Amino acid sequence: MISELCFFSSLLAPHSSLLALDWSIFGQPAFDGSGNYFTFLLVGLGWTVLLSFTAFALALVVGFLVGVLRTVPSATLRAIAFGYTELFRNVPLLVQLFCWYFVFPEVVPVVGPWVKEAVSPLGQQIAASCLCLGLFTSSRVAEQVRAGLEPLLSRQSLAGLALGLPLRDVYGLVLLPITYRTLVPTLTSEFVNTVKNSAVASTIGMVELARQSQQLGEFTAHWYESFIAVTLLYALLNGAIILFSRWLERRWRIAGTIGK
Amino acid sequence: MKQIIAGTILLAGITLVQPIRADEALTGTLKKIKDSGSISLGIRESSVPFSYYDDNNKVVGYSQDLALIVVDEIKRRLGMSNLEVKLVPVTSQNRIPLVQNGTVDLESGSTTNNLERQQQVSFSTDFFIIGTRLLVRKDSGIKDFTDLRGKNVVTTAGTTSERLLREMNQQNGMGMNVISAKDHGESFLILQSGRAVAFMMDDALLAGERAKAKQPNDWTIVGTPQSKEAYAMMFRKGDSAFKAIVDQAITSAETSGTTTKLYQKWFMSPIPPRGLNLNLPINDDMRALFKNPNDRAFQ
Repeated sequence: MISELCFFSSLLAPHSSLLALDWSIFGQPAFDGSGNYFTFLLVGLGWTVLLSFTAFALALVVGFLVGVLRTVPSATLRAIAFGYTELFRNVPLLVQLFCWYFVFPEVVPVVGPWVKEAVSPLGQQIAASCLCLGLFTSSRVAEQVRAGLEPLLSRQSLAGLALGLPLRDVYGLVLLPITYRTLVPTLTSEFVNTVKNSAVASTIGMVELARQSQQLGEFTAHWYESFIAVTLLYALLNGAIILFSRWLERRWRIAGTIGK
Repeated sequence: MKQIIAGTILLAGITLVQPIRADEALTGTLKKIKDSGSISLGIRESSVPFSYYDDNNKVVGYSQDLALIVVDEIKRRLGMSNLEVKLVPVTSQNRIPLVQNGTVDLESGSTTNNLERQQQVSFSTDFFIIGTRLLVRKDSGIKDFTDLRGKNVVTTAGTTSERLLREMNQQNGMGMNVISAKDHGESFLILQSGRAVAFMMDDALLAGERAKAKQPNDWTIVGTPQSKEAYAMMFRKGDSAFKAIVDQAITSAETSGTTTKLYQKWFMSPIPPRGLNLNLPINDDMRALFKNPNDRAFQ
């Protein structure tokens, strides 16, 4: 995130002698009466985890589906999957979020007004953020799934078809069990990116980690402490995800392919 | 207290009105300005009508006019007629760090002078006083904060209004849904789209947002002010020589009637970019401030 980088570079800049970091602010009671400012940040971390994990689960399901469709024999299905991928990966994430949250309820008949009427403000924010992040990431997952499947198409899929397997089983029993294992390293990157991208939800008022750090800065005027703390929390969360995926990689490795 | 302020002003008048002599050692921000030949002014991109870009991409506004008066005073005191003025756009999130690390020498926008911030930065004599109120649709039937029970209310994240709304909700069990938007423009968008029935914010900023609406007359500012806040210019802490010059410039603008004229220009007359009139009559707090300038924080 650019703003964090700016803050760190300014730590090293001249004229910073006036700067004295005061870490005791995290023990002070939070402005909303929910506890102190440390638990205040943890609440934000909780929302970040909920948002990014839900969005990534959605991205995996949709991404694998679209990725498979990009390799099937039917030209129509391939074209639809191609259009989907290009739409969601070429439009900036912020613009997509704006569309889901502001434009969608205004232009879609029946569903739009219902969302504004019946769904709570928080529910609207969660739904828009998860859909936006999930579908954006799914277009990237789809491309990786396609890249994972394509090398297998000529030999493995022909071998499967020659054995008399229907196309469904060629994918289900032959191609995908190899693909999802070889994709663990790149999908880990996508997962980590989803966590970082979830900060866009702060622009529509979600009280996730990035938003909480801004609140902390506003109400205590201690911007440096706030951004350092939030950077560490993001790093810890992503570090945990990477450790998990390393473990998964070892467990799922296929002899002769990866993780020799 | 009055006497101390009057005394300080008098003392400042005697000792500092003359240009600073070349052999006098400059320190802090004044030295930085003298050495670099430039001053960097922190401005806002869309804080209407305090500091914002007009249709020619020029920074204008009440706070900007006042900042230029201060810059003129600095030019005169340092004897630098060709002082270069660099404009640095700041946001509410980065303005304090940018002042602290030296990127911005003087920030003049819509920054509240409060005690928490005074531990980090220094503030000038106050130049504006707002009350936090509500912007609602004229036919909504909402007259005051008590009418908000069980309703969706929007405010801009990280503001005093947000803190007050959440406190009100908790203490009086009002059951409001508080929506926090990223900036004033987005808050007003949420209000206009019908997702919230009221938008709580500083009255001057509400008037600024209202002026941007398609039909400004559909919207009205209501409710008892829940808090008062003083806007002031912000600069680095512990620089008394710089503060004296800035305060002197603002104080004399306020007592000489210049700020009253500026108020008429920005709040009671058509302003760029669309020639709309904010129509926000001056309040008693500000009249008192102009009569008796001070750098007090309300909270």
